Amino acid sequence: MPMPLSGAEWAAALVFVPLLAALACFLVPRAANWLGLLAATLILFATLGLVRGLLGDGPLRVAVGAWAAPLGIDLVADGLSAVLLLMTALVGLGVSAFAPAYFAEHSEQRRWFWPLWLLLWTALNGLYLAADLFNLYVMLELLGLSAAALTALSGSATALNAAMRYLFVSLLGSAAYLLGVALLYHGYGTVDMVLLGERLEAGAVASAALLAMVAGLLLKTALWPFHFWLAPAHGSAPAPVSALLSALVIKASFYLLLRLWLALFSGLAGLLPTLLPELLGLLGAAAILWGSVQALRQRRLKLLIAYSTVAQVGYLFLAFPLTGVQAGEIAWRAVLYLALAHGLAKAAMFLSAGGLLRFAGHDRIADLDRAAQRLPLTLTAFVLGGVSIMGLPPSGGFIGKWLLLEAAFTQGRWGLALVVLVGGILAAGYVFKVIGYAFTATKIAQEGEAVPLAMQWSALLLAFGAILLGFAAPWFWPLLEVGAPFAAPLAEIGTEAIAEVGAVSEAAP
Amino acid sequence: MTSVLVFALAGVGLIVLGFYALLVQRHLLRKVLAFNVISSGIFLLLAGLARRAPGAEPDPVPQAMVLTGIVVAVAATALALAMIQALRAATGRTWLGDDGDEE
Repeated sequence: MPMPLSGAEWAAALVFVPLLAALACFLVPRAANWLGLLAATLILFATLGLVRGLLGDGPLRVAVGAWAAPLGIDLVADGLSAVLLLMTALVGLGVSAFAPAYFAEHSEQRRWFWPLWLLLWTALNGLYLAADLFNLYVMLELLGLSAAALTALSGSATALNAAMRYLFVSLLGSAAYLLGVALLYHGYGTVDMVLLGERLEAGAVASAALLAMVAGLLLKTALWPFHFWLAPAHGSAPAPVSALLSALVIKASFYLLLRLWLALFSGLAGLLPTLLPELLGLLGAAAILWGSVQALRQRRLKLLIAYSTVAQVGYLFLAFPLTGVQAGEIAWRAVLYLALAHGLAKAAMFLSAGGLLRFAGHDRIADLDRAAQRLPLTLTAFVLGGVSIMGLPPSGGFIGKWLLLEAAFTQGRWGLALVVLVGGILAAGYVFKVIGYAFTATKIAQEGEAVPLAMQWSALLLAFGAILLGFAAPWFWPLLEVGAPFAAPLAEIGTEAIAEVGAVSEAAP
Repeated sequence: MTSVLVFALAGVGLIVLGFYALLVQRHLLRKVLAFNVISSGIFLLLAGLARRAPGAEPDPVPQAMVLTGIVVAVAATALALAMIQALRAATGRTWLGDDGDEE
C-alpha cells in the first residue's frame, strides 16, 4: 500500500494526536477510555509511518506550518529519536490498554489520568522531535508538570508528599537546564542544536552551560546520588503511572542529556569535557550497586521495582567513559538497547505489580502467597521482565549488556565490566526473591480478588516485547543508523539549512 | 560597569538567593516563591545578556523565550500551589515529610 503521508506529516501527527486527545479526554471524561486507546493506536501507527519514512528517505527536518526558526518551530527526527519514539509508542499502548481496567475501580482517578497521561505523551514525543534547546526546555517542563500531577493521582498522603518533592526536583532540574540555554544563547546567539554544534568552542561559557545542563538533567534522570526522589514517587503512584514514570519519563531526560552530549559537548577539548564522561561512568557504577542492594532490601514490591530503576539508570551512564576512543559506537548502541529493553521490561513489571496489588490488596513481597499458581499470567509477565532486567539471553537486556561488555573488554575497562556482571547477579537476587515468595504459601491463606484479563495480558505482551527485542537487533541497527546520530553531531540533517544560511551571508555584502 | 554586567550580576544574584531559600526554607509556599525568584534570575540573564552589540536593536528571540518561560513558570506555580493545598488537606502539613511508609 503506498503511504499517503510523508515522514514530516507523521512527525507533526506525533505531537498533535496526543495533544488533541488530551483535550478531548478532558472535555468528555466519559469517553476517555476509548479516546485514549484510539489515540494510542493512532500514535503507534504514526510512529511506524515515521520510521518507514526515515528508513526510506533518511533523517527528517520540518518547519511546522512553514514558520522557519528562530521564531518558528522545527521538528527533527533521526535514528536515535525514532527508536525512543517507538519505545514510547509500544509502552504507551500497553499502559493505555492496562489503564481502563485498572481505573474501573477508581473513576475519579481515571478522569484525570487520561488527560495528564496524553499530555505527558505529547511532551515525550515533542521532546524526541525538538530541534532546538528552547523547545526542549518547554517539553521538559510539560513533561515534569504532567508527571508530577500523575504521581499525585491517588491523593494519599504518601503520594502527595512524593509528588511534591518530585515537582520541586523536576522544576529545579529544568531551571538549571534553562540556565545553560541562556548561557549558550549569550555565547553563540542561537538555540538550534546543529548551529550550536558548529559554533561551540571550548571555554568558560561552554563549560558553565555544560555543567548547569548536566546537573539539571542528572537530577531529573535520578542518577545516583540524585536518586533520592525516585523510589517514593515511583513507588506511591498508581501502577500504570509508575510504569510510565520508570519506563518513559526517566528516558526522556536521559535522551536529552545524550543528545546534548553527542551534538554539542562531546567534541569539545578542555578539562571538563574530558573528565565528565569518567565521572558519569563512576556515578553510573555506584547507582548500579547501590540501587540493586536497596532493591534487595525492600519489603514492598513496587519499591523494589523502583530501586531496580535506580540501578538500571546506572547502566545507561556506563557508556559515557567507553565512547571516547575506538569501539565507542558499540557502547552507545548498547546503552540504547538497554534503555529500550528496560522501558518494556520495567513497564511490564510495574503493570504486573499493579495486577498483584489488585489481586491481594497489598504489595508486601513476603505475603504474596502462591500468587504464581493463582495469577500465572501476571507472574509470567513479571518473570519475563525480570529476565530482561537481569540480562539473561535471549532478552533485549542481554543484547544490551553483551554489547556493553564487549565495549568494556575492547578497551580493557575491567572495572566497568565487573560492575555490569555484579549488577546482573544482584538483579537476579531481587527478581528471584519475588519469585520465591510468589511460589510459597503464607501461614494465613489469603483471599484473592479477580484481576481483569486486560490488565494481565497488557503486562504480559510488554514482557514478551522485552524478550523479543533480543531477536530484533538486525532490524534495529539500520534504523538507529539513520542520520548517524553517534557518528557526526546531527550534521547530516542540518547541512541544507546551514548551506542556505551560508549562501545568504555570502550574498549580503 | 556595562549594562550586560549589571544584568548578569543581578541575574546570578537572584538565582543564588532563590537556591539558598529553596534549601533552607521549610514552608512549601516559601519554596515555591524561591523557585519564582530563581526563574526571574534566569529570565533576567536570558533577556539581559542576549543584547550583545551596544546600540544595536534588541534581539527579539530571547524576549519571546522569556515570555514562554513566564507562562511555564505560572503554570508550574499553579500546580505547586494546588499540590500544597492537597497535601495540607491530607496531612495538615505545609512542609515535606520523610518518605517513610506512612500507610
